[in-house]
This record gives sequence, C-alpha cells and structure tokens, in this order.
Amino acid sequence: MRWSVLGWRLASFAVAAGIIALWQLAANQRLISPVFLPGPDRAWASLMRGFTSGDLLTKLMGTLTHMAYGWLLASIAGVALGAMIGSSKAMRIYVAPTLELLRPLPVSAIIPVAIAALGLSQGMALFVIAFGSLWPMLLGTVHGFAAVEPRLYEVARVLHMSRLAVIFKIALPSAAPDILAGMRLSLTVALILAVVCEMLAGLDGLGQWVLLSARSFRSADLFAGVMLLGVIGYVTALAMGAAESRLLRWQAARR
Amino acid sequence: MILPERIKPALLPLAALLIFEIWMRLADVQSDSLAPPSAIALALAGALTDGSLLAATRDTLAAAFAGLALGGAIGLVLGIALGLSHVFDRLMEVTIEAIRPIPSVALLPIALIALGFGYRMEIAIVSFACVWPVLIMTRAAVGGIEPRLIEVARVLRLSQLDRVRKIVIPAALPRIFLAFRLAAGIALIVAVTVEIAINPLGLGAGIMTAQQALRPDLMLAYLVWIGVTGFALNAALMAAQKTLFGRAAAIGDQA
Repeated sequence: MRWSVLGWRLASFAVAAGIIALWQLAANQRLISPVFLPGPDRAWASLMRGFTSGDLLTKLMGTLTHMAYGWLLASIAGVALGAMIGSSKAMRIYVAPTLELLRPLPVSAIIPVAIAALGLSQGMALFVIAFGSLWPMLLGTVHGFAAVEPRLYEVARVLHMSRLAVIFKIALPSAAPDILAGMRLSLTVALILAVVCEMLAGLDGLGQWVLLSARSFRSADLFAGVMLLGVIGYVTALAMGAAESRLLRWQAARR
Repeated sequence: MILPERIKPALLPLAALLIFEIWMRLADVQSDSLAPPSAIALALAGALTDGSLLAATRDTLAAAFAGLALGGAIGLVLGIALGLSHVFDRLMEVTIEAIRPIPSVALLPIALIALGFGYRMEIAIVSFACVWPVLIMTRAAVGGIEPRLIEVARVLRLSQLDRVRKIVIPAALPRIFLAFRLAAGIALIVAVTVEIAINPLGLGAGIMTAQQALRPDLMLAYLVWIGVTGFALNAALMAAQKTLFGRAAAIGDQA
C-alpha cells in the first residue's frame, strides 16, 4: 500500500515535470513572445540571481512581515472580540447580525478608505491586512462559541466556574476547529491583501516586485516573483494544516 | 425595557450611525477619509441618479460573471474528470497543488502585460480564482456519488458522455451549485480588488477615483454600495439555492 502511494506520487511529479518541459518547449519555439512568457530556465535563473544578490530575499521578507504582523494582530483581535461576543447571549443577539451583514463586503474595498486616512504607508497596509483577516476569525470564533455543547455550560454552572474560566477551559477548546478554520482562511486573505497593498503603496515586497518587473517587461523576474508567491501560499497553508492537526489531535481521538 | 425581537439586531447599526452623525456635526470634523452618514446618503443618491454608479456596477458584475462562467466551466470539466477517473486525479495531484496556492492577484502583472487594461485581464484573473473552488468541490461531489448509480449506468451501457450527462451531473448538482455560489462571492471580491489595484473599470476604480478626488462622502457611498452589491448577490444566490434544491443543498452545505 505504502509503495503504491509513493508510486502515484512519483508519477504525479513526472506529469508536472512533463508540463514544465512543454512550457520550456513552447518558450524555446517562441510560440508565445518571450516578453510575456519566459521559459522555466530563465525564470529559475532569475529566481537564483534574485536570491544570491539578496534583492528578492528582502522583497520576500517584506511580504512575509506584512502578512505576519497583520495576521497576528487580526488573530488576537478576532479571537478576543469573538470570545466576547460569542460568550454573551445579549451580545450575540445585538452584535452578531451586524457582523453577518458586513460579511459579504469585499474587504479590499476598505483599501481606498485606509489610503485616505493613513496615506500610502506601512500603517495603511497593516490596517488593511488586519481588517481583512479579522472577519473569518471573528465569525469563526462567534460561531464556534455558539455551537458549544450546552451541557458543557451546565457543567460549568454546577462547578461555579467564572466566566473567564468558562471561556478558557470550555468554550475556546471546543470552538478550536472553527477558529483554526477561520485562521487558515485569513492566511490566504492576508497574502492577497499584502500583495495588493504593496502594489498600490509601493511598499518593499513581492507585490511591488512583480508589478515593477511587469512595467519594465522583465518577464523572467516577474515569473520568479509569482512562483515565490505561490510558494508562500503553499508553505503557509501547509504549516497551518500541520498546526491544525496537532492542536486538534485530542478531538480526533475523541471522535 | 422589553424590545421586540425583530428590532434588536438593527439597534446597533442604527445607534452607530446616529452617534457618528452627531459627532461629525458637533465636532465639525474636516476630513479626507470620513463624512457624516447623511452626506454619504446624499452622495449615494446623487451617484445613483446620474447613472455613474449603476454603470460601474454593470461593468464590475459583467467582468465578475464572465470570469465566473469561464473559470467555473474549466473547474467543472476538470472537477468531473478528476472525480470520475482515479488515475487522472492522482496523476494531476502535484500539478494542481503547485498552481492552486498562487494568489490570484499575483497574476495581475502577467495579465496586464499580456492583455492590457480592460475587461479581458480582469476576466482572466477572476476566472483563475474561480477555477479552484469549483474544481475542488465538484471533484468531491462526483467522487461521493452513490456507487450504485454508477453501476446502474454500467448495466444500462450508457456511453461516457451519457453517463456524465444523465447520472453524474444530476447527482452532484446540489453541491456543484453550492460551489458556484461560493465562487460567485469570490468572483466579486477579486473583480473589485483588481479594479482597486490597477484596472480603470467599474466599482473599484470608482471608489479609487473618489478617494483621489478627496470626496470622502462619495468614496464611502461607493463602499456602502459595494457592500450592498455583495450582500444582494449572496442573498440572491442563497434564495436560488433554497428554491432549486431545498433540503438537498442543506446536506451539501454541511459536507
């Protein structure tokens, strides 16, 4: 069984390699103008050159920093606010409908407002990323708190637990799957908004790198940047998935 | 004080608007980013009557739906193929996992140099973003079809095309519709984001122009309108899902 999984995986890699070879062939034959489509060899060379000269590395770190700060800020605020709203019935009645009303708003629409208030600055990017990533976590936490098994709350009442103890010992652990699902969604949102903010405000990051490369028709640099953004998306999702299965192991065992 | 249940959810937004209005009037705030709600309402009414807002909405929705149709069709075809054929699914795994995490806005510069400003590049980016949710959910829906239905198809000696048309699509339809509903939300978000970032078209460009013209009332009116559009789109699709599929869709929602 184990071997067949490995075999399929290898075959799957072979298919991906075949597609890259086709891409190389198309680029070599100049089926599409090299201005738009560099071959994988040129994109790879550009990636390596960017890393050795350190240019691309600073841009990569810039994007990661924007993402991380905004996302962490949103995580703390989202879970804290969500716990506050979710743990009180009155708050759920009065506040939650407003949140549901705001949920379908495309968060990127807040960017012009943030630019008007904060200018084309680091602070603007941080605010936009945090604001955008806040929603999935906030709504996830509220939903998770509302869905806690009611008997657990009864147990807490019998044990005379304080509200804080109820939140930390009962509600947060049982809402963890919803919260973590929100966090994973926010990670994607944070990456997208980081890229957009870097493009608009010219902040040091991969968003600015790909846009400037496109403006000066350096397509190899452009593809290197896009590939790197894909890698960020992949690695962060992978890390989040690993964290999720680790944090929820106790629940999986219970089921 | 006892309030009727229906009023409670509306209380918070109304109070917030009122306090905001009074504060703006009393403190006589002059700002590039804020405007009293009454001024926003006036700007919204003005933009609605002169038709500029509706024209922008049409542009944005046209690009979003064209992208949804194109990306959704690609996702649907690939999703059915991957769901039906285990071999194809496993062979494509690495390729799909490598392309999927690329954030849609990262493709913006590529689309820009390849297609220029306008509808085409926006549609290309929206369709890239829409492929994935449809593909993933269709694959899961087709893979989860009752195996006996497939056996029936085999007994009836249906051709591959008839099998897809008469058995697979009807059986997976509720969840495919759900996938399209989620993708429609994504399409609107991506369309607005692309317009804000770079494309001089539609609602996103409208809100950016209002910001640059230092018209906070108009900018916030656009923000409200984008929220209304998102909300209306979501509500319409939810209602369609309920009337078309009823309980079947509810089951799909949980999965």
